[in-house]
Amino acid sequence: MVRVLRDLLRFNRQFALGAALLMVVIAVAAASAFSPYSPNDSYVVAPDMPPGWTYPLGTTSRGQDVFWLASFAIRNSLLFGVSVALLSRCLSLLIGLTAGYAGGLVDRVLMSINDTFIVIPLFPILVLFYFVMRDRMSWVLLALVMAGLGWAYDARLIRSVALGLRVRDFTETAIFSGMSPWQILAQEHLPYVLPIVFATTMNNVNWSIGLEVTLSVLGFTDINTPTIGVTIYWANQYSALIAGIWWWIAFPVALVVIAFIGLFLLATSMNEYIDPRSRLERLGP
Amino acid sequence: MVVSFYPAYLLRRLGQFVLVIFIGVNLTFLITHATPIDPVEQTIAASTAFGSTSPEAIETMRQSLRELYGLEGGLPQQYLVFWKRIALGDFGPSLSAFPTPVAVLIWRALPWTAGLLCFATLLAWCLGNLLGGLAGYHRDSRLLRLAGVVAMGLHPIPYYIVAFVLLIVFGYLWPMLPISGGAQINLPRGFDLRFIASVLLHAILPAMSLVLVGMGGWFMSMRSLVSNIVTEDYVTYAELGGVARGRILRSYVMRNTVLPQVTGLAISLGGIFNGAIITEQVFGYPGIGTLLVGAVHAGDYSLVLGVATVSIVTVATSVLLIDLAYPLLDPRVNAR
Repeated sequence: MVRVLRDLLRFNRQFALGAALLMVVIAVAAASAFSPYSPNDSYVVAPDMPPGWTYPLGTTSRGQDVFWLASFAIRNSLLFGVSVALLSRCLSLLIGLTAGYAGGLVDRVLMSINDTFIVIPLFPILVLFYFVMRDRMSWVLLALVMAGLGWAYDARLIRSVALGLRVRDFTETAIFSGMSPWQILAQEHLPYVLPIVFATTMNNVNWSIGLEVTLSVLGFTDINTPTIGVTIYWANQYSALIAGIWWWIAFPVALVVIAFIGLFLLATSMNEYIDPRSRLERLGP
Repeated sequence: MVVSFYPAYLLRRLGQFVLVIFIGVNLTFLITHATPIDPVEQTIAASTAFGSTSPEAIETMRQSLRELYGLEGGLPQQYLVFWKRIALGDFGPSLSAFPTPVAVLIWRALPWTAGLLCFATLLAWCLGNLLGGLAGYHRDSRLLRLAGVVAMGLHPIPYYIVAFVLLIVFGYLWPMLPISGGAQINLPRGFDLRFIASVLLHAILPAMSLVLVGMGGWFMSMRSLVSNIVTEDYVTYAELGGVARGRILRSYVMRNTVLPQVTGLAISLGGIFNGAIITEQVFGYPGIGTLLVGAVHAGDYSLVLGVATVSIVTVATSVLLIDLAYPLLDPRVNAR
């Protein structure tokens, strides 16, 4: 595993770039631990200061330092994305592996449900959910709901790999040596699908941060937990752009865009690494 | 082209269509009925927050709101009423635009969304596939490599942020395109040239942000599909046989790779719809998305529920249409 990562870093430019971008973002997020201010305190610094020596990224109209605010925001956004991705991984692994291993009717029923969740437009449903919950809407609740809705696409990928594993000799051997189906899934099949699971996790983190930003910007989440979306929401509430306080929006947006591109590069380069055809192609003709 | 009917395929797709609507509607029912919050009490709380309303008046209000929202009787009865309303397309009157029925409001907004979505999706799909196909086939072209880098940089960014950046660029930095609304407000609405031109002009920015994000995905998947298929024996054979390169790309490579892309279009339609809703909101485009967000801010329960349900049905129907058109492109459907 470590060797694979080292090789990827050394020989795959996309992977190296993605990792570097992500490291920058994680470093900024980690800096929040050393913040002199709490992200929810306002008027701790002079408001509306442009970027300069004292405040490298300027300050907001609510008297917050944009750098520290952004570092809290990106930390929360990343945590949110990672928790949604991890939770939904459990669902997609369970459903994907089961469908692939069981085959037949079970597979067909599970995949019909799966395709339904791929097709259904989730945004109106999430908005409806916010509308019903209103003030009870919290970060954890949103993560749970999004994990419950966002597993489908990856479950299909995992199932397609599992489908191939079912007819391999080692599965037969495992069955004849008396392993239970759950043991086979967990011990024999799981290691084979883990590489795609890693790649899809990155994409899922992207997806959930993106949706979270969108919902928060409209004010449809818990607007007291600073995330990137919530930061933009407050900047819009104070008409930051019209007032010319562009740094309030530009830096958080730039930070999250770097995170998106970094995660995406990691995902695609891993996908290429997994796909043997593109690996051969890189070896040259 | 001879098109025969594929009963098994058709039945499967229709079954999937019904399932999407069934699960979608059940989800909305679950969200609105199994959550601890009562929309009736919420509406009452919102409308009696200021001033004093007599307890009798509140009780009357509660009664009529329950009736309006179909929240009378036990859960099974509510469930049946819920389905009946959806089947009839009757979501009751909107509270924020009382007494206009929700159905009328949605019907007014739907053409805007449908127009924007169809145009932007098709444009993104065609452009992305064309460029991606070329990039996969002509692997040495510098220009196409650059296109790949741009697509890769834009694709992972969510619709909202791209739309927002375009808004800033064309609204504040270089104000040359209209950034809000569906058409110039003071023009008479009709089929005259100036109105249509104004509609098109107002659609540029929303459509552009949808295309910029959407294209990248098609570009990259098409490029990898094509670069896999050009190593197939039949392509090598055609090249050795002296078939023109343009013809190889068109009829040998793209003809085969376009099929998974059509399926991909059906799969990603839900996500594209999400994007369109958000983009509309950014640009104040008078479609479903703006309606939805406005309804949430106004506390209009029936309108939010109506938009959510109609979105599910619309997306499911569009996917069904793509699925039904699929056998026209791929005659092997029945064999699978």
